[in-house]
Amino acid sequence: MINEILFMNGYGVYVWSSFIFTLIGFFILYSAIKLQLIKEQKKFDAKFKNLSSEKVELAKKQETYRELLPNTSVSKI
Amino acid sequence: MLNYFNPNNILFIINRLRKFVFATFIIVLLIGLFEALILSPEDYKQSDSVRIMYVHVPSAWISLGIFSLISILSFGILIFKNKNFSLIAKSLAPSGLLFNIIALATGSIWGRPTWGTWWAWDARITSMLLLAIFYLMYILSWRVTDNNEKAIKVSSIIAIIGLINVPIIKFSVDWWSTLHQPASVNLLKETTIHSSMLVPLAIMTAAFALFSLLIFLMKYNTELIKIKNKGLDRL
Repeated sequence: MINEILFMNGYGVYVWSSFIFTLIGFFILYSAIKLQLIKEQKKFDAKFKNLSSEKVELAKKQETYRELLPNTSVSKI
Repeated sequence: MLNYFNPNNILFIINRLRKFVFATFIIVLLIGLFEALILSPEDYKQSDSVRIMYVHVPSAWISLGIFSLISILSFGILIFKNKNFSLIAKSLAPSGLLFNIIALATGSIWGRPTWGTWWAWDARITSMLLLAIFYLMYILSWRVTDNNEKAIKVSSIIAIIGLINVPIIKFSVDWWSTLHQPASVNLLKETTIHSSMLVPLAIMTAAFALFSLLIFLMKYNTELIKIKNKGLDRL
C-alpha cells in the first residue's frame, strides 16, 4: 500500500515533486508575507511608543489609527 | 457604495477573518491532498501522472482569475481614482505570481512523462509564460519608483495591457493546434471529467483560493500599516 502511494506506477517522482514544489512555494510566500507584516507592525509599535502624549491623542482621534491600535502590542500594554 | 472599500472597514474585517481563513485553508488542503493523492483513481491513459492535475489546473485557474481581477481593479483605479483599489490589486499580485509559477513548473513536470519533454513553445505554455512576465512587471512597477502616483498609473497600465493575454490563454487550445487538450471543465457546456476526479479538483481549487485569500489579507494588512507608519512620521 505504502509502496503504491510512493511509486505510483513509476510516476511517483513526478507526482510527489509537483506536490512538494507547490507546498514549498506556499510556505515560502506565507513566511515572506508574514515577516513583512511583523516588521511593519514592529515599526508601528516603536514609532507609536516614541510619540509625545499630545501626538498620541492626535493619532487616536484619527479613525484609521483607532482601527489599527487594537492589533498592535501597544494596545496590550 | 465605494465606502465599503474604506481601509478602516476592511482592516476591521481582515483581523477577524485571517485566523479563520488560515484554519479553513489547512483543513481543506489536508482533505484535498488525501483525495488527490490517495482516493482519486488513476487515469486509464496517463496512469498516476494525472494526479499532477490537482495542483497544476487550480494554480492555472487562480493565477488567471487573480490577474483578471487586478486588471478590472486597474480600470477602477484609472476611472474612479480610488487608491484603495490599487492597494487591493497590489496585495493580490504575490499569490497570483506564485500560482503562475506553480502552474508553469508542475506543467513542465507533467509534460516530461506525458509528452516526453520538459518544455514546448506551444500556445498555452507560451501565453502562461507571458502572464508570468506581466505579473513580474506589475510587481516590479511598484518597486522601481518612489513616486506612488506614478507607480499606481504604471502598474494599472501594465495590468490593463496584460488583460489582452487572458482570453488568449483561455482559448489558445481552441484557436491553435497545441499539446494541451481542450478544456474538460466547462461552466456553460457539459463537463467531460468524471466526478471521482472532479471532486478532488474542486477541493484543491477551494484550498488554493483560500490560500490566495489568506495571502491577500496579510499583504493588505501590511500595506495599510505601511501607510499608517508614513502617517505617524507626518504627525
